[in-house]
This record gives sequence, structure tokens and C-alpha cells, in this order.
Amino acid sequence: MGPLGATISRLYGRRGWIALAACALILFVAFPLANLALPQGSLFHVSDYSVALIGKIMCYAIVALAMDLVWGYTGILSLGHGLFFALGGYAMGMYLMRMIGREGQYQSELPDFMVFLNWKEYPWYWSFTDHFWYAALLVVLVPGLLAFVFGFFAFRSRIKGVYFSIITQALTFAFMLLFFRNDTGFGGNNGFTDFKRILGFHIATAETRMALFVATGAVLLLTLLAARAIVASKLGRVLTAIRDAESRVMFCGYNPVHYKLFIWTVSAVICGIAGALYVPQVGIINPSEMSPANSIEIAIWVAVGGRGSLVGAILGAGLVNGAKSLLTVAFPEYWLFFLGLLFILVTLFLPQGVIGLLKPSRAKRT
Amino acid sequence: MNAAAINDPDSFGGGAAAGARVLAPGIDVSHKTILYLEDISVSFDGFKALNKLSLDIDNGELRCIIGPNGAGKTTMMDVITGKTRPDSGSVFFGQTIDLAKLTEAEIAHAGIGRKFQKPTVFEQHSVFENLELAMKTDKRVRASLTARLDSAQHDRIADTLRLIHLAGVAGRDAGLLSHGQKQWLEIGMLLMQEPRVLLLDEPVAGMTDEETERTGELCRTLAGKHSVVVVEHDMDFVAGIANKVTVLHEGSVLAEGSMGEVQNDARVIEVYLGR
Repeated sequence: MGPLGATISRLYGRRGWIALAACALILFVAFPLANLALPQGSLFHVSDYSVALIGKIMCYAIVALAMDLVWGYTGILSLGHGLFFALGGYAMGMYLMRMIGREGQYQSELPDFMVFLNWKEYPWYWSFTDHFWYAALLVVLVPGLLAFVFGFFAFRSRIKGVYFSIITQALTFAFMLLFFRNDTGFGGNNGFTDFKRILGFHIATAETRMALFVATGAVLLLTLLAARAIVASKLGRVLTAIRDAESRVMFCGYNPVHYKLFIWTVSAVICGIAGALYVPQVGIINPSEMSPANSIEIAIWVAVGGRGSLVGAILGAGLVNGAKSLLTVAFPEYWLFFLGLLFILVTLFLPQGVIGLLKPSRAKRT
Repeated sequence: MNAAAINDPDSFGGGAAAGARVLAPGIDVSHKTILYLEDISVSFDGFKALNKLSLDIDNGELRCIIGPNGAGKTTMMDVITGKTRPDSGSVFFGQTIDLAKLTEAEIAHAGIGRKFQKPTVFEQHSVFENLELAMKTDKRVRASLTARLDSAQHDRIADTLRLIHLAGVAGRDAGLLSHGQKQWLEIGMLLMQEPRVLLLDEPVAGMTDEETERTGELCRTLAGKHSVVVVEHDMDFVAGIANKVTVLHEGSVLAEGSMGEVQNDARVIEVYLGR
């Protein structure tokens, strides 16, 4: 119990663990009961719509955690994190497309869009995607490898600050254009949709949706704990030191390139997993997920919630997306103005984000 | 050739990643000299920052380097720490380690610590954490993920805290320290890396008289165990601590000797007072 106990107490204090346990209880017990067991008319019934919305927002919260690790803690502002999210989503989407089987409009082995293009067989990169575990591997590997290779060259060349941000923005834009092409083999601008089954279960049933919801909640909590373990370790202190004074870190004998590459790749993998959970819940993935605006929005969630605070990042994703789903119904045309205004206000008046309001003095432990 | 000649050949293993291994002290100082600069020239856009500079630092000595602005003092430090590569000439650490072949991080890890003019400490970390991060240990990513301080390491940090007079503020954010305290913390961070050579760039700039006094004491304490190279404008400070002074002018050595000798050197007087 010794080392484990030490690890547990290093991650969170007593109150933190109680709060986490309460969250787990709500996500894994209260929600399923309120959605599946209670009748529709009941006061405590949670609608399918709410489950879908909260499930989606939890995916965003996972992305926000990933973003906070690189931006809030390491000072690398990525404006291309939507790309990793979308790639994870596409990898899962490939599996879901294969699971449609012959139930598509053309009743072919191939997805409708391939029939439409007159393709006779799957391109090589679709091989094995009918196996869930292979698709799951792709979910992790594709964003991870892309991030590793891109990060290797970018960090080794000491590309920093706004230049790095612009390049990540260009990267996601380039991928969006690539995925828009029909010949790329990912369904062009329509992307993937009309999913039928996942792991043999019908994707639209309330039970499957709840299972996806619970899985997303579990991944969110695990990601929070993993991120916390990184941040509370000496590695985390090196990352913040890189953010604050990179040359000093170098003169202390650390190689910042390795550290940045590590956290950058971890962050991309987390985004990929979030994307893979997102796609079966919303039922569609298309290249617009890679649009530059999406990636900028991710940065706004973290800025609103509070950079350099993990709980803040989750809070930010929740608040902004909650507001978005309300406002886009009430005043759809004003949402982007509101988002821009929000970003300006937060930058000017709340540099620590919403979480900075909750704990005014960031007292340091020894 | 450098790798084969070090006592522990593995310690620099064929361009291994910086900080990849904890380095066994393998600096050959059998000829008493720890740092050799020979015929170093550096030019920026035609301006000769260093012009055939040659300089030796003995193991354990306290050396002060003075010179008017633009004499090449900072460039010299940049060459030693690998920030600037010389156009010609050689830099050796001990008899065997060619600094021109190492990266900045490798040089720092090999045992040359540098304090910058402007103190840079990790402002969002506590004083204690600053020293922890600087401590000589395995600095690879995976090691950092699982690192825990053992009691010997705790003691080393505590010793350094006392030496730099910051034991009372160990838990405070480094950003909240006074200017002088930050300078000491930075020196403390250098010490945590167990350097053989300490390069101090204007260590007393902006310090009060009392802080300057204490810094001088600290420099004298450190010499012997470490070789200390101080670049400083403050003549009183230099006179107070120096055994040997080197005067740089237009990128090369103008004079060398005790403070008294240097002050009476005709060329030095001309450079500083003439014109």
C-alpha cells in the first residue's frame, strides 16, 4: 500500500478524490438509471438528447485536457488539435463504415461513396479496418505518429510561439483539403455517416448510446488522472519550466525537444481517442472537423476554463459548449460573435480563466 | 577522439542525446588547466567579436574578466557554452573534451554552468523546486516521469539553500524573490549541477552593497572546489575578490595579472581612460 498510497495522495487530496468519486457515481450510476430505468414522465428522467449532448461535451473535455497539457503547461499553442481529433474519428469511422455491411443504399460490400466513385475494391489502407481492435490501434497510432513526426521536425528546428501555431493551423487546413477530395478515399466532403452497428450492437439504441456515454465518462476521468500524474511529476515541473524559461531548462542539462515531443505526442493520442468516442455518438465525421476554426475553438475552451489547470480545461469545454448548444438554438447567427467576444473578454479580464475566479490565490505548496 | 580519451568513454557515447546519462566526472585536469581557449575568432557580419583570443583557466581558480563594452566578454562565454560556434580556434574542457563538438545541453551536463546577466529562474516554481530541477541526475523524459527525491538529494538541496542564504524562503515562488535573491538562486541552481566550471556574467549587477558583499563571499567560498570565472564591470567588486584578472579588448586579451598589475598596465589605462 506504501508506494500506491503515496501516488494516490500525490495526485489529489482527500477532497479531490471524494469529488472524483462523486463524478464517477453520477456518470456511471445516476445517468444510466435516470436515462434507462426511469419513465419518460419522471422528474429525474434524463432524455436521450441530454445524454447525447453531455456525451459529446465529455469528448470535447478530453480534447481540452490534451490541449491544456501542451498549451497551459508547456506553453505550446497548437491551433491544429482538431486534426488529431478528426483523425481518431476517421479511424473509428472506417470501422463503423465496414460494419454497415450490405445495408447501404447500394447494398454493396463497399461503402456507398466508393460505389458512387465506381471503385471495385477497398483501397489498401482500408485493410483490416473491419477488426475493431485494429481500428482502435489506428485511433492511437495515426494521430500519434503524425504528431511525433511533425513535432520532431518542428521542435528540432526550434520553431516556437506564434510560428508554431501558424504551422499547426496550416497543417490541419492542408489535411482538410486532402480529406475533401473524393479520391482520398474517405468519403470526400460527406465523410462517413449512416453507421449501423458497433461491436455487433445497434448504434442507435438507448443502451448502446448509454454504453458509449459511460465509456466516454470513464476515458475522461482516466485522462484527468493520467494528466494529473504527468503534471504532478518532476516531468510536469520540467514542462512548466520549459514554458517559463526554455533556455534555462537547456542549461540545466535537459533536452527540451524530447520533453516537448513527449507531451505533444501524448496530447495528440488523447485527442485521437476523444475523436474515436465522438464519432459513434454523433453519427458522422467529415472534413469540416479539420477546419481551422474548430482547432481555434479548442484553444478558446482552455482559455475560458483556465490555462494550466486540468479541472479548468474540463470546465471550459463544458461552459463554452453548453453555451453554444443553447445559443445556437436561440440566436444561431450570433454564436461566432459571441465566441469572439468571449475570447477577448477572457484574455483581458480573466487571464487565469474561470477557474482563476474560484481559487483567487494560486498558493504554492513547498 | 574526445570520447576515447575520457576516463569513462561511455559517458559521451557517440553523440548520445543530451542529458542521456549521468556523467562520471571524467575531466582530465592533469595539466592543472581546466579550460583552454586557443586562437578563437568569431565574427558577426564582418564585425570581429573575438579576434584570436587565447585564454587558460586553472582548475579551482577564481578568475575575473574585465573589459570595456564590446570587448567580447559575453561572446567568449557563448563560445564556451556552445551557444556560438567559433569561426576558427579550439575550446577544450580539460585535456580531452572538445567543446566545439558538443551541444549546449551536453556542455552543461559535462560540468560547465553559466549564469546569465539577467537572472533567469523558473518564476512559477518554488525556490526548492528550482533547485530540484537543476540537480544533477538523470534528465531523460522517462526518468523525470518517475523521479522521487531521496533523502540524500533532499540534504543536497538543503545544503545549497543554506549556502545561497535562501533556506528561509524555500517554499516561495521564485518570481517573488528580490533581484539579488534571484541571482543567488541562479548560482544555487548552477551548483546543483555540480559543475567544474562556473561562468558568472555580471553577478552583482543591480545588487545592493550588502548583497554585493555577500556575493563576493560566495564566490570566494566556491573557488577551489569549482573554477569560477566572473565577468564584471564593478571594479570594486573585482578588486575585492580577484587573484588574477584578465582584461579583454577588441576580442583578444590585452593584459593579465593581479589587479594591481593590471591597473598599472599602460595599455589598460589607455583603453579605459585614454581617448
